[in-house]
Amino acid sequence: MAAVLRLVNRGTLSSAMGQQYLTFSSAPKVGVRAGQALPERVKIVEVGPRDGLQNEKTIVPTETKIHLIDMLSASGLPVIEATSFVSPKWVPQMADQVEVMKGISRIPGVSYPVLTPNLKGFQAAVKAGASEVAIFGAASELFSKKNINCSVDESLQRFNDVMKAAKEAGVPVRGYVSCVVGCPYEGKVAPEKVAYVAKRLYSMGCYEISLGDTIGVGTPGSMIEMLEAVSKEVPISALAVHCHDTYGQALANILVALQMGIGVVDSSVAGLGGCPYAQGASGNVATEDVVYMLHGLGIQTGVDLSKLMDAGAFICRTLNRKSNSKVAQAVCKL
Amino acid sequence: MGNVPTTVKHCLSYEQLIQDYPWLRRWLLLEEKTITGHAYPKFVKIVEVGPRDGLQNEKEIVPTGVKIQLIDMLSGAGLPVIEATSFVSSKWVPQMADHSDVLRGIQRAPHVQYPVLTPNLQGFQDAVAAGATEVAVFGSASETFSKKNINCSIDESMLRFEEVINAARERQIPVRGYVSCALGCPHEGHIEPSKVAEVAKRLYEMGCYEISLGDTIGVGTPGSMFKMLQSVMKEVPTSALAVHCHDTYGQALPNILTALQEVWGGFVTNLLLAGLTMTTVFFCLCPGNVQASQSVTLFYQHPETSMGVCVVDSAVAGLGGCPYAQGSSGNVSTEDVLYMLHGMDIETGVNIAKVIEAGDFICSALCRETNSKVARAKGRTL
Repeated sequence: MAAVLRLVNRGTLSSAMGQQYLTFSSAPKVGVRAGQALPERVKIVEVGPRDGLQNEKTIVPTETKIHLIDMLSASGLPVIEATSFVSPKWVPQMADQVEVMKGISRIPGVSYPVLTPNLKGFQAAVKAGASEVAIFGAASELFSKKNINCSVDESLQRFNDVMKAAKEAGVPVRGYVSCVVGCPYEGKVAPEKVAYVAKRLYSMGCYEISLGDTIGVGTPGSMIEMLEAVSKEVPISALAVHCHDTYGQALANILVALQMGIGVVDSSVAGLGGCPYAQGASGNVATEDVVYMLHGLGIQTGVDLSKLMDAGAFICRTLNRKSNSKVAQAVCKL
Repeated sequence: MGNVPTTVKHCLSYEQLIQDYPWLRRWLLLEEKTITGHAYPKFVKIVEVGPRDGLQNEKEIVPTGVKIQLIDMLSGAGLPVIEATSFVSSKWVPQMADHSDVLRGIQRAPHVQYPVLTPNLQGFQDAVAAGATEVAVFGSASETFSKKNINCSIDESMLRFEEVINAARERQIPVRGYVSCALGCPHEGHIEPSKVAEVAKRLYEMGCYEISLGDTIGVGTPGSMFKMLQSVMKEVPTSALAVHCHDTYGQALPNILTALQEVWGGFVTNLLLAGLTMTTVFFCLCPGNVQASQSVTLFYQHPETSMGVCVVDSAVAGLGGCPYAQGSSGNVSTEDVLYMLHGMDIETGVNIAKVIEAGDFICSALCRETNSKVARAKGRTL
């Protein structure tokens, strides 16, 4: 059976020598799991085009962004965060938000959420054709003040307006909570605070709450402590994890989250997006590495790893840099 | 669990059993921590392979003085085992040509082991002459890899190792066994877990005190790691196992986590617990029965009841690339492993800051950036 599957996989993958190693990332049968109750299917939320590119100093051409998103769509990713409707004064990289939204080829069944920090951003997003939006809270007061210039409660107040408008327009809203295990200013963040913010966002109407380890300091220990607190307030089925790989812990953290029943994982193609709090250090976990692990566990994602790697190779060529994905690095060098 | 008879509660819940009979935990050697239903060892032994497995991959010959200083810094960090060098022929591995000078030059910290690789009897004798007190032999789960790497079949390599192990036994020198290609081979591709188990068993039965299972090309995932360990644990007690994960595909830490996790099922486990109680009583009546005691040990470690490997190999600064994927990473970084373990309150006895210092030292000497994400982040935090 394993031999048959290898033949099938080799047939569908390209003939490049390195590609054969991708067959290691397909378990011989569904349900081969590390003895734990893991989800059968995991939804990957691709944040590269927004969270990833947002960290780039050089402005990436609109056409490049559109092409990247189209390649990601073709790889089977179910959710691709396309852009951000924040003021270009604060985030010049996302100034072409409207052109990007109008330029991408939308695949049926794929969501293209966009960030909307306030009502004005939401209105602009809807006008540009957005059919899903996202709002960003923080579990740390200091981070909230330094990042969006207001307290946590004040930010939740702003989001009320967005929620109300989204409800009227029938637009689903995803909520993010940043600094869920650590803050660059406050240090350790209490799990109860994370649970409080997550609960507020969920009660306001967010269909899903993505819990972000913004500075990547989390380990399986702190991750589980936090998830236990949050899952008392928000159903596991509505939770996602957004792990940064700054300290190399992302995949281990994702694994324990899956073992707790979480079935949604955020990641970024080629590991785009550094950590602004540790210059030169890595940030977002690479989608390729996450997909490799999930497929190796027999978990379905609907993603074609080969096509995903093509998208990663494209954006890295354009940005003239090496991929942060170890899978991509390994396969390209065989 | 409400109004349920105690005996039923114990059958249904391992946690209830342990709560009511805490002494059972000690008896069953259950020194574990529990994080949400997964038990982990309280202590993990780190085997630092940077000075040998790491530096062996360097093209430029590293000066002996640098190697010695690296090992001394690692000793100062509290690492319990530091693989110092390799007594292979300098014709094949010129980097290790200074093996005797290194072994004689290092400051040996008390309670720290400094194993060296000895591929054959000649190497073993040279190692002993240079003062080695622990050695290691390297087998493979892949025939092709064995032939290409050490120029002989698996069976032929076992004969060589037997000579080493016998000679080591006479001198009471412990021998560690490695099994490479445990999760995949660059030539053969997929490796059957049963083959890994077979080779591990042979090394263990020949007399190796510990078997390190190596994912040589880093292709393993938690899925394949679990399957392989399940198979190996049928033949070798978990307490004698170590994992040697490469990070070539970024999977090392989740693979290590999987190996550390103990899996406890409810009802099945307690049936097994009842069974092992009876088995242990029976075997206690037959002292000196080595095979019986091995069976009992294996029964304790039944794959349905535990994973729980507690020895992890790693390399400072992630030294040592993958020779099969040029420029890709190889060994998992000791710093990153420590960060994860300490974050889970698992003790290692190692001072991570001092390991980072040792990593900084060797990276300056090699004029390159560390492969450790922890070291990189610590070095760049605002």
